[in-house]
Amino acid sequence: MRIFDPHIHMTSRTTDDYEAMYASGVRALVEPAFWLGQPRTTVGSFTDYFDALVGWERFRASQFGIAHHCTIALNPKEANDPRCAEVLDVLPRYLAKDGVVAVGEVGFDSMTVEEEKAFTRQLELAVEFELPAMVHTPHRDKEQGTRRTLELVTESGLAPGMVVVDHLNEVTVDQVDEAGCWMGFSIYPDTKMDEHRMVAILQRRGLDRVLVNSAADWGRSDPLKTSKTGAAMLEAGFSADDVDRVLWRNPIEFFGQSGRLLVDPDLADDGSAGADASATFEGNSILRGSRD
Amino acid sequence: MTEIRPLAADDTIRQALDEDAQAQLDALMAEVAEDPSRLGRTFPAAARRTGRGPLAGADDVLLEDAVRVSLVQTAARSLDPEALLAELREVYRYGDNDEKRAVLHALSGAPADVDGTDLLLDALRTNDTRLVAAAMGPHSDRLDDDSWRQGVLKCLFTGVPVASVTGLARRADRELAEMVQRYRREREAAGRDVPLDVQVVLDACAASTEHDQQKDS
Repeated sequence: MRIFDPHIHMTSRTTDDYEAMYASGVRALVEPAFWLGQPRTTVGSFTDYFDALVGWERFRASQFGIAHHCTIALNPKEANDPRCAEVLDVLPRYLAKDGVVAVGEVGFDSMTVEEEKAFTRQLELAVEFELPAMVHTPHRDKEQGTRRTLELVTESGLAPGMVVVDHLNEVTVDQVDEAGCWMGFSIYPDTKMDEHRMVAILQRRGLDRVLVNSAADWGRSDPLKTSKTGAAMLEAGFSADDVDRVLWRNPIEFFGQSGRLLVDPDLADDGSAGADASATFEGNSILRGSRD
Repeated sequence: MTEIRPLAADDTIRQALDEDAQAQLDALMAEVAEDPSRLGRTFPAAARRTGRGPLAGADDVLLEDAVRVSLVQTAARSLDPEALLAELREVYRYGDNDEKRAVLHALSGAPADVDGTDLLLDALRTNDTRLVAAAMGPHSDRLDDDSWRQGVLKCLFTGVPVASVTGLARRADRELAEMVQRYRREREAAGRDVPLDVQVVLDACAASTEHDQQKDS
C-alpha cells in the first residue's frame, strides 16, 4: 500500500512516527501551516515556522524516505489577532516556492469579520499564484461555516476543482460534493471521523474527489489512520486499486495541479521509481511544473 | 562587475535540459541580466522551470544547484561585491534549503572581496547535512580557525564526508587533532563505532603539524 497523507502536522511528531509511517506505506505527505496550540504574537514567529516547513522539516522527512510538501497561509484562528494579520504581506515569498502545493489552511474558526477578510484575501492569492486552496472547516457550527466557505469560493473565481474543503463529516459532505470541490476527511481516534464512518461515505458516494488524511498534530491523534482506513476499505470489499486511488492517486491529482510536487507520481509500493519514470525522472520532466 | 565561477559549464547544463527547459533557462537568465534585483524572484521557481537531480557530466553536482549558481553569476556581472552580497543575503534569508544551498555554492565561486562568512555560520548552525557540506566548501577559507574547526567536527558528527571540506590538509592543526581525539574517546567510551573519517582528519592534522615543524626547524 502506497500512501500520500494529504494533511499531517509533522512539526509536532517524532522520528518514531516517521519510521512507523514509512513502514505503513507513507511515501509522501502535505503539512498545512496551522496554529501551534500556543497562539503566536508576532509575524516573525510565522516566518520562522514557514522557514521550518520549507527547510528543516522537509530535510527531516527526507531522512525517512518521505517526500514532504506543505501549504502556507495565515490560519483562521490567528487571523483574529491584529498582531498576526500582517503576515499576509509576506505570504507571496513562500507561495512561490517548490513543494508549496496549496494556500492553506484558510477558512473559518469562529466566523468573524477578520476571518472572512483573511480568507478572501488568501483565495485571491491562490488565484494569483495558480495554487489550490486547502480550507479548514470550523469545529463549531460546521454546517453554517461550510456553507459560507462555499459562497466565498464561488465569489473568488477559483475553480471548485482547485479547492479541498477539509474535516468534513456526514452532515457537511453533500454540499461540498455538489459544489464540485474536493472533499477532505480527517480520521481521528475520537473526534472528527473514524475509518468505518469513512468507508460508509465512500460506499455511498464513491471515490471521486475524496482525500483521506490523519490530520495528526500535537493533540490526541494517530499518524497511521490513513493506512488503517485503507485496511478498513479492503475489509469492506474495496479493491487494492480503490485503496490506491483514494490514498495515493487522488492526492497526487489534487496537489499535482500546483505543478510543485516533489515526489515521483508513479512511485512503486516498494519505494522504487515508477515503471516509466526512468525516462523522465532524472531527465526532470516529471518534477517540472506544467503551469510555469 | 563581480565574477562568480559557475558550478557547471553552460553547455553541460543545457545538455541536461530539453528544448522547453532551455527556453525557460534563457528567460530566467535574461530576467536577472536585465535587473539583478530579480534574483530573489527567479530563485524559487528555477528548479521547477528547468529541472533537478544529478547533473550528467559533472561530479556530485545537482542540476538545480548549477542553474541557480549560473543565475547568480549573471546577476553578479552588474553588481559590485557589496551589492551582490546584499542580494545573496536576502535570497538566503527567504530561501528554502535548496535555495540556501545554492547561495553557499555561489559563494564558493566568489572572489576574495565577497565575504559571506555570516551565511556560512548560519548554515553551520543548522543540522541539514546538505547545508553543512556546502558551507565547508572553498568559501570556508574566510572562517576563523575556531569556527572552521567546529565545522570540521560538525561534519564528523553529522556524517558529512570530510572529503567535501576545503583546505583540510592545509588548515588541520594540533588543536583540531585534540578536539577530534576527544570526540573519538567519547565514541569509544560509549561503545559506538568511530567514523572512518576521524582517522582521515587525524592523519591530516599529523601531516600538517609535521610540515609546520619542518618549516620551523
